[in-house]
Amino acid sequence: MSPESEKQGTEAPVPNGTGASGAGSGIESDGARVVDADAGDGRQTGGPWAIAWRRLRRNKFALFALGVFLLIVICCLLAPVWANNVADTGPNTTHTLEKLHEGDEVKEVVEPSGKSIGPQWFAAGGKFFLGADGHLGRDEMVRLLYGGRSSLFIGIVAAVITTILAIVFALLSGFYGGWTDTVISRFMDVIWAFPVVLLSLALGIVLAVGGLQIGPLHLKGSSLWIPTLIIGFVYTPYMARPLRGEILALREKEFIEAAVAQGAGPARIMFLEILPNLMSTIIVFFTLNIANNMLLEAVLSYLGAGVQPPSSSWGTMISEGFTALYSQPLLTIIPGTAILLTVLSVNVFGDGLRDALDPKSKVRFEARSGTADTEAIGPV
Amino acid sequence: MLRFLIRRILGAMAVLFAISVLVFLIFNVVPATNPAARIAGKNATPQLIKNVEEEWGFDKALPEQYWTQMKLIFTGKVESFQSHINVDKRIAEGIPATASLCIGAAIIWLSFGFLFGYLSAVRAGGWLDRGLTVLALVGVSMPVFWLASLLLYYFTYKIEIFPASGYEPLSDPGKWLSHLILPWISLAVLFAGFYSRVLRSSMLDVMNEDYVRTARAKGLSQRRVMTKHVLRNSLIPVITLFGLDFGVLIGGGAIVTETLFNIEGVGLFTAEALQTQDFPSIMTVTLFGAFFIVLFNILVDIAYAYLDPRIRLGTSTA
Repeated sequence: MSPESEKQGTEAPVPNGTGASGAGSGIESDGARVVDADAGDGRQTGGPWAIAWRRLRRNKFALFALGVFLLIVICCLLAPVWANNVADTGPNTTHTLEKLHEGDEVKEVVEPSGKSIGPQWFAAGGKFFLGADGHLGRDEMVRLLYGGRSSLFIGIVAAVITTILAIVFALLSGFYGGWTDTVISRFMDVIWAFPVVLLSLALGIVLAVGGLQIGPLHLKGSSLWIPTLIIGFVYTPYMARPLRGEILALREKEFIEAAVAQGAGPARIMFLEILPNLMSTIIVFFTLNIANNMLLEAVLSYLGAGVQPPSSSWGTMISEGFTALYSQPLLTIIPGTAILLTVLSVNVFGDGLRDALDPKSKVRFEARSGTADTEAIGPV
Repeated sequence: MLRFLIRRILGAMAVLFAISVLVFLIFNVVPATNPAARIAGKNATPQLIKNVEEEWGFDKALPEQYWTQMKLIFTGKVESFQSHINVDKRIAEGIPATASLCIGAAIIWLSFGFLFGYLSAVRAGGWLDRGLTVLALVGVSMPVFWLASLLLYYFTYKIEIFPASGYEPLSDPGKWLSHLILPWISLAVLFAGFYSRVLRSSMLDVMNEDYVRTARAKGLSQRRVMTKHVLRNSLIPVITLFGLDFGVLIGGGAIVTETLFNIEGVGLFTAEALQTQDFPSIMTVTLFGAFFIVLFNILVDIAYAYLDPRIRLGTSTA
């Protein structure tokens, strides 16, 4: 019997009429006899994933958010296309002394006062679509697209790192208990008592100076991997703790006992019995983690401990724009809006996912068991 | 209760010790740069670097350096590498500014968080709920320093209602207030959004409990059910979050806000210390911050017991 059928079996209401209660829904039927309580029309086909997908599909707002996020990702992936074919420049190419010809009009990219050209939209055939970025005269739109690649890369890859670390730590400490649990949990407590921004800033500054040596692998101080690894690491306890709590509860369930009785080893129990039951929690955490990672990246880059120049990220762009806040507010507003839109779309989609995967709000704040703060809050 | 307290305090001390070792290692083992060379400045002769090493004790063994450092911090004699000012004194001077910022912001975010969360839960699924949800999600999705930049631009430059930055002591309440309003808002927005979401989902969970149905069946008014039965029992997650968040902030966690508004508190000092890699200062502010986090963790556990008599401190495994 698969873990899913066990889990769902405990909460499956009595099928009411139409269809699947009959043929093919024996005990081994992979949880197929679950009624989608929200469906209203009594449809009851499919496993838990199909049900979640149906719920998600009804949440138009969440799907719209997913669409926006994918659109942003695609735009950023297509950055070289825009740079080579429309803007004809690279993200770090300066145009300080150049002039722009728009019909009969000639404009300076950077005025002698240091003020750069504003948004041109398509007046110059797409060049300087959003203007230039201050006294260096780099194309803001091109930088925005390339910066988005760094920000998204860090957000997503760091979330993958956090998820993997959290799963490994939670499985080891939740399943084995005893000394393993004590060591891992205390270590997590220490990281937990460390303000996220402070720890990541400290690591970011130290590693940006000296780089990082992991075995034969050397990362330069300016590598994108350094902020990625730091962010992935500092958020680990915020995900590992609630996962561990869930594993502790699952470990006492009958299907684990059944697996042990069948002679299953620890690896099989952990990965084939426990892990599938954690998937809905993990997916939700993973999604919301991306949003927090992107905010933390922005703060780190803003304070000089994240993405290092000349690479750009949305955080470094705000930081550069901030120096000219009063003369050219757009240079701060544009990258900030990009972050806001991306993070907002991830948050809205994550919220919808949580509702779809877990209508009983298991993932929500488990304060009653003493482990609140299942989501880390963004940096302040 | 006493046993609980003793156990928690011992645990907290162990965590603080571990943190101090961790910070010490981050700054003394990981970096490729030599602290003595940083202090001696650029173009320093090898002899000068060696003298600095001896003067500051960098040539000693690591455990010995750690011990000296901790002794300095706890006897109030720790000095900054960069400016030779007394770090403990500098932190003490920053406390009023940080406390003013955090307490004011906390009042704002709790008020709005509660109001929005309560209204959302009462009208769950309706238009008001949806509007407030969007608002809350926008609030938690905004980079704080970006919001702060926009506030600075629009309210100190475009329309000059507020002074640009700095902190004024409470001895002049008018000035104090006008300098703090923008920082309060930019710090509070994120938390207000987050707390209203937490309160909403917590209230929705409680509303499905049997005793709420009982209260309704007894004929209590909607308002009485919501405030006396639902709200009180939904408070635990919010209290937990508040304890942890406030602990972080009061210990100098509002690094970004204090930097942007140039509020000379503990957070700004932390940012400066980190940027100049001034190790004694970093070590001290980290311990200072961690102390508050650990302290508020314990306070939260005690608050649980008062809010929910079912939780007994002796058996708590937090």
